Amino acid sequence: MDKNEFLKAFADQFDETEPALITLDTKFKELEEWSSMVALMIIAMADENYNKKITGADLRESDTIGQLYERISSR
Amino acid sequence: MSPRKAYLSGISYYLPEKKLTNDELNRTFPEWSVHKIMEKVGISERSITAEDEFVSDIAVKAAQKLFEEQNISPEKIDYLLLCTQSPDYFLPTTACLVHKKLHLPVTAGALDFNQGCSGFIYGLSLAKGLIASGDVDNVLLITAETYSKFLHPGDKGNRSIFGDAAAATLITAQQSEGSAEIARITLGTDGSGAANLIVKNGGLRHPKTNDEELKEDENGNPYNDNYLFMNGSEIFNFTLGAVPPLIEQVLKKNHLEQQEIDLFILHQANRFMLEYLRKKIKIPPEKFYTWMESCGNTVSSTIPIALKHAKADGNIKKGDTLLLAGFGVGYSWGATVIKF
Repeated sequence: MDKNEFLKAFADQFDETEPALITLDTKFKELEEWSSMVALMIIAMADENYNKKITGADLRESDTIGQLYERISSR
Repeated sequence: MSPRKAYLSGISYYLPEKKLTNDELNRTFPEWSVHKIMEKVGISERSITAEDEFVSDIAVKAAQKLFEEQNISPEKIDYLLLCTQSPDYFLPTTACLVHKKLHLPVTAGALDFNQGCSGFIYGLSLAKGLIASGDVDNVLLITAETYSKFLHPGDKGNRSIFGDAAAATLITAQQSEGSAEIARITLGTDGSGAANLIVKNGGLRHPKTNDEELKEDENGNPYNDNYLFMNGSEIFNFTLGAVPPLIEQVLKKNHLEQQEIDLFILHQANRFMLEYLRKKIKIPPEKFYTWMESCGNTVSSTIPIALKHAKADGNIKKGDTLLLAGFGVGYSWGATVIKF
């Protein structure tokens, strides 16, 4: 599971947010476009691309995209 | 001797008059564009019960429509099953109020059962069992919810999804023109997910409070324990884990291969989730029916409403085999095959 590929796939789930604003250090839940629907899309992306499960706790306890990546990549 | 068969013989439904449109949601939540709601959620408007309109009221309207459309006399009903999680009272059973308003025979049984998105499949399972017992011939199954009354006005996520509705379904021992045999049913339960979709306050364990202080769910939707809380991420994960094996199990139980199913109707939760499930289970789009755009996720009524439209739209012909599956709050899930 490649960190930059994950970041790109994460950014792809957003329609209105500038891709440049989405980095591994981005606090994703603070993005204006973040919503429960985007959360579902991120979960589906990880399931489809990596066969990895992102839980509600993973989203709650990660502030940045990098932290979320670290939590799930080791599984 | 094999037990008596049960047939799904007619469906009617009622949607409350008041509508919540995407325009209105957009005015409340400016970042949530009309186009985006439609694209992701797949819903353009939801029906919302009036302040003085409750489950017994909408249940009666759906059943009266069924009697009219199917040309059935209320006297024929032997048993009323009402599926609801938003009953009029703790007691009596709302089914008794509905029984009275519908002028069902005093000899008819009537009870409520509390299930959400799996409720229609549970109702078919109960009705089929009652008919198999030989004690009754005609069961009226009503699914009715007013979740809108549980939602906080600032809860963007849930207000975009849920709509109020009631559906009335007739299940009979007699086969008739256009009826479908209810084949084998699979059910499932996992109470470890209870806290992920819950209205915590208002029962006996946690009475409703005057506390107006709001919390936020992990996606920023405001709520407190007086209102409905849904952990959407966990519910989605539950669905991804539970639904593919559910489909596999019900096919196996009915000795069918997936390609022998002519049409799949799953609980109409929201467009994105349904589409993801469809791809995951590898169901071709032409065999996957959706109908929620103009009513929203109506909880236990989504499957009967979609089934009625699938038939009306000419998507079902005699001899077709359908797979129906419901899943959600509880966690609770169920699926069945029906044969037209």
